[in-house]
Amino acid sequence: MDATTTNAPVLEVRGLVKRFGGLTAVKNLSLDLRAGEIFGLIGPNGSGKSTAMKAIMGIERPTAGEVIFQGENIAGLPAHKIARKGFGMVFQHSRPLNRQTVLENIMVALLPDSLFMLFADKALTERAKWIANRVGLGAVTDRRPPTLPFADLRRLELAKAIARDPKVVLVDEPFAGLTLAEVGTFSELIRSFRDEGRAVLLVDHNVKSVAALVDRVLAMYLGEEIVTGRADEVMRNETVRRVYLGGAIETSARPETNFKDKVPLLQVENVSVFYGKAQALENVSIHVHQGEFVSVVGLNGAGKTTLFNTISGFLPYSGDIVRDGEKLRGTSPARIARSGIVQCPESRELFGEMSVRENLDLGGQHLTDEAREKQLAWLFELFPILKERQGQLAQTLSGGEQQMLAIGRALMMQPKILILDEPTLGLAPVILELLSKALEKMRQTTPITVLLGEQNVTFALPHADRVYVLEHARIVWEGDPGRFAAEAGEGYL
Amino acid sequence: MADFFKSRLFFVALGIVIVASTLPLYVSGYILGLLTVAYYFGVFAMSWDLLFGFAGEVNFGPTFLIGVGAYTAGILNNQYGWSVYLCIVLGAMASVVAGFVLALPALRVRGPYFGLTTLVAVLMLQNFIVVFADLTGGEIGLTIPDVISIDAGVNYWIALGFMTISGIILYGLSQSPIGLVLQASGQDPVQAGALGFNIVKHKLAAFIVSAFFSGLSGALLVFYFGTASVGTVVDIAVGVQVIVAAVLGGRRTVLGAALGAIFLIVAGEFLRPTGELATFIVSTVALLVILFFPDGFLGAALSREARS
Repeated sequence: MDATTTNAPVLEVRGLVKRFGGLTAVKNLSLDLRAGEIFGLIGPNGSGKSTAMKAIMGIERPTAGEVIFQGENIAGLPAHKIARKGFGMVFQHSRPLNRQTVLENIMVALLPDSLFMLFADKALTERAKWIANRVGLGAVTDRRPPTLPFADLRRLELAKAIARDPKVVLVDEPFAGLTLAEVGTFSELIRSFRDEGRAVLLVDHNVKSVAALVDRVLAMYLGEEIVTGRADEVMRNETVRRVYLGGAIETSARPETNFKDKVPLLQVENVSVFYGKAQALENVSIHVHQGEFVSVVGLNGAGKTTLFNTISGFLPYSGDIVRDGEKLRGTSPARIARSGIVQCPESRELFGEMSVRENLDLGGQHLTDEAREKQLAWLFELFPILKERQGQLAQTLSGGEQQMLAIGRALMMQPKILILDEPTLGLAPVILELLSKALEKMRQTTPITVLLGEQNVTFALPHADRVYVLEHARIVWEGDPGRFAAEAGEGYL
Repeated sequence: MADFFKSRLFFVALGIVIVASTLPLYVSGYILGLLTVAYYFGVFAMSWDLLFGFAGEVNFGPTFLIGVGAYTAGILNNQYGWSVYLCIVLGAMASVVAGFVLALPALRVRGPYFGLTTLVAVLMLQNFIVVFADLTGGEIGLTIPDVISIDAGVNYWIALGFMTISGIILYGLSQSPIGLVLQASGQDPVQAGALGFNIVKHKLAAFIVSAFFSGLSGALLVFYFGTASVGTVVDIAVGVQVIVAAVLGGRRTVLGAALGAIFLIVAGEFLRPTGELATFIVSTVALLVILFFPDGFLGAALSREARS
């Protein structure tokens, strides 16, 4: 490699901004990407890293800022034009053409953007075969995607992305759903892209998984850059540690023996879940006592949402989920929710075009008028802001208010067990404090049982009586929050 | 593509066409007439499948394209007495222009709105025909002075030949690189865009091809009937029949759509003795197939082959 290719960046992003309505997903982001470099863009879920990648690729149109590729500003061009300039993107989720063979799927990526290409020429087939061998699909070129294992489907995505010999390769969550051995093979492949002189931009939710692979890392939080540097520097950075782990952690756990029920209220026993060929949960067992606050912490993609969706009855599983001695299998999600296991989902799922009050009333639909009034009064005491916003459409609320409304709507169902999935997602610290106080109040004044899923440990630990750590689809640690920092905190980031 | 000539599908299709072409030698004119209409419907359904099965766009108004082609050809013949073949070609062209004008804005809106736009287009066309009765014959229908032929056998062969050629072109297109790109854009538009394909351009092209064959087939059909009316080439119910035929035959198969159309028309006719029940029975069968075999006749057969 000569000096010019290593020094002048292939891609310069300057002051990139992406707004969705009132929400600013990416704020003034700048970065340089050089040929023969692997650059990691990392941040917890909701930090804007995927949006930034999509804005670079032209899938989302940037609100402001420049994306300069080889001296030309390409911000605002549609994705297909940017792709033709020398960009390839590896998607996390793929939908290959199932009736075509692997080879034909790769050939699609090689076709010109022309309406007059009626017959693919021989050279394309040769090139497609070469690419298939390059990513390790050589033996399965004649198979159709539905018959392939998950790792091979991911290889197919790599093949399509590098088919037209791009100068810049964007990779979204390179290792999602792969086993440890496969992670090694994929790391080698991505390294080989670098060695061919391509610039590689990886997006991932934590530094650890990509630390060995990347040359430089940019850590993001709430749409902004925190720090850029070598992976080990970034991991040691105070702000980064605070974002993932939080600062000093105070805990106030009640020992498990305090809870009077001998058989826990909710037992999840050896539950395994698959999404197609990817394993999302592997023999997960947890239990929750009456009145207990249990936190499940784990980075994004660890399987928290899958665990909660399984409990709520949305997913088929092996193993058992037992509540009050009764197995939940075969019970519909609606019935599970009515019986008092209420989930407040990560994505909030508010009825955006209905008012705050209508959202809450829907939650309390099954209550008598009197009971609903009472519940509502209690709720407004917990979240006073919702009272002020009653007449406003849910979609016009700020992120923090939306989260309160989502929790409020779940509470209107008078849950016995409340499942909170990542309530802190993408929220500013002041809002976290408000939510934190509300949780504390609930814990002190009501008999409610809470199962909380979080990647933000600072938020999850203070309220927890017990903590589970979920990593790569498995429970790897269980204990009281006081011991978390010493025993599990180190390996967490 | 070369593999196709060795595939079972090719030999089955070839066999069907050979058998079908000998029918005039031994079946009644009545059955030939029925099949003639069925073949034109087959082309409607195949054109529709190119849009739905490949481009992933649900066109709720196939009869807009069919009707524009049919009425343009019919009116030109009725008003100016131009030759049948010129009228047919102009009818197809009018359909292409109308399709382009409709699709250009409609493809910019997402999801169900595309379908709604096409539905509204049919209603507008229907209204136009009723309001401008002097030109179009209105609700009574438009009388067309010329016909292609009065011989049932000749008409039958023209329809069969037309369906066969349309089938070859549309199927060929669906299997060509353009068909692959269309299928990719229908399945995952974001990824197709990131692979460097202009999705709107490809979908627009598919819409125009679909419009051309729909319009051409519509024009041929009115010159077979000798009349054009809202009830036969424009009404929403006709469009629904085209859609049901395509889904019944198998999404993303093109050729299956023709089978579905022939089945629908022939079954409807054979059940005619049951009176009003005929439509009910055919609809029930169609509903059951859609509910329990969403891949349709040919789709089920092909995907079984793909899995093995």
